[in-house]
Amino acid sequence: MRIEADLDLCQGHAMCELEAPDVFEVPPKGKVRVLDDAPDAALRDEVASAVRYCPTRALKLLEP
Amino acid sequence: MTALTEPRAVSGGPDHLDELRSDPIGLMRRVRDECGDVGEFRLAGRRVVLLSGAEANEFFFRAPDEELDQAEAYPFMTPIFGEGVVFDATPEQRREALHNQALKGSFLKGHAATIAAEVDRMVAGWGDEGEIDLLDFFAELTIYTSSACLIGRKFRERLDRRFAELYHDLERGTDAIAYVDPYADIESFRKRDAARAALVRLVQGIMDGRPPNPPRDDRDLLDVLMSIREEDGTPKFSADQVTGMFISMMFAGHHTTSGTAAWTLIELLRHPDVLDGVVGELDGLYEDGREVSFQALRAIPRLESAVKEALRLHPPLILLLRVARSDQEVLGHRIPAGTMVGCSLAVSNRIAEDFPEPDAFRPERYASPREEDLANRWTWVPFGAGRHRCVGANFAMIQLKAIFSVLLRDWEFELAQPPGTYRNDHSKMVVQLARPCAVRYRRRRP
Repeated sequence: MRIEADLDLCQGHAMCELEAPDVFEVPPKGKVRVLDDAPDAALRDEVASAVRYCPTRALKLLEP
Repeated sequence: MTALTEPRAVSGGPDHLDELRSDPIGLMRRVRDECGDVGEFRLAGRRVVLLSGAEANEFFFRAPDEELDQAEAYPFMTPIFGEGVVFDATPEQRREALHNQALKGSFLKGHAATIAAEVDRMVAGWGDEGEIDLLDFFAELTIYTSSACLIGRKFRERLDRRFAELYHDLERGTDAIAYVDPYADIESFRKRDAARAALVRLVQGIMDGRPPNPPRDDRDLLDVLMSIREEDGTPKFSADQVTGMFISMMFAGHHTTSGTAAWTLIELLRHPDVLDGVVGELDGLYEDGREVSFQALRAIPRLESAVKEALRLHPPLILLLRVARSDQEVLGHRIPAGTMVGCSLAVSNRIAEDFPEPDAFRPERYASPREEDLANRWTWVPFGAGRHRCVGANFAMIQLKAIFSVLLRDWEFELAQPPGTYRNDHSKMVVQLARPCAVRYRRRRP
């Protein structure tokens, strides 16, 4: 799986960091930094939650 | 390169203010029928370019505040919030304020427990059967839940029905006449101003009764605001300013959640097969005696789909507005700086190409693989989309799951009037359920 972040949409709410701290980092007042844009399959559930709970729908999970 | 064209103007008018105050959805639908994705109507002498459809909506939702600004777009909110709050603030200040701490994920579990407890309190006085007015019931409940979650339990304990009634007068004070004059001498604005003054007195009373230095672990947001001082030691915020902040914090989550709860219940009662599925789902989940606060944070697929479908058909906000800060173009149309730009949520949510049987209540459209909410990210827009997508969407869904977990587990409901007679009142910019809107309840188990 691969992760794509739309920085136009990201408003830095940091919900993704809460769901998947190993994959996403959001500095205070900043926008999302994807730490690992092709994370291990074991992190799939966490990443899917991060995508789902992004308030601005700025994250996308791409296959494969 | 093709030359830009002017958006086509909709029929009727010459000004559409009166139509916006009587049948806004009819007006917005006609704009789409006659003009397509980009059309125009007139609001108190100003041009409003109205957008719908995926491509035009994406333009609207992606635009930064520097291009499409919210300030000035909602003149009816300033007398409610007070000067200097929310829409009077700069885009930068608004971005800052949007990072509402209370909505952070780590607080949500506590909120779910708080909400379930508030529902229990509301129904504690119910006998074995009776009748409720949906508008009264859900408006009061969501005053308690939003004040308890966003401001704190201590503040909430000082509120009663009176606060809910005053708050309702504020919401009713959103007549589109505000586009002519937000302080026009009309009854709903007089009631609005009287309600705000009464709320300030109420908050002042609560502030006067607060001890100066409460222990750290017993502080709510009011204590924190009261502890902030100017350099000379005087309090930084007056009761008027604190009230304005509280009103604005609660506003976005109040009539929206209240209306959605009411419409979810109405649609479930209009569709007994769907209701049976949801009740069966909840009975199964709660069979083991688990807590609502646990389950409300987790998937309840049938209930969630019913809520989503109620939101699609009856979005609490039907029209979003901005003002173009610079010249813009969308789908070959020119939008000069200073023009108002609108996005019609109510119309977009029912585009037949995106949502088959657009006027029918079909929760199954959210199940995999259809997932029509995700497939249509720019037209399934009850929460808006893009940069300004509702930051409280997750909180709202948790709240609705908690509310219906309690209500449908312990109670049975039935419509108390013909199914077709439930409707919204569109005479104000804040949409509310029109009365009568009664349902009957009966206890399911002792």
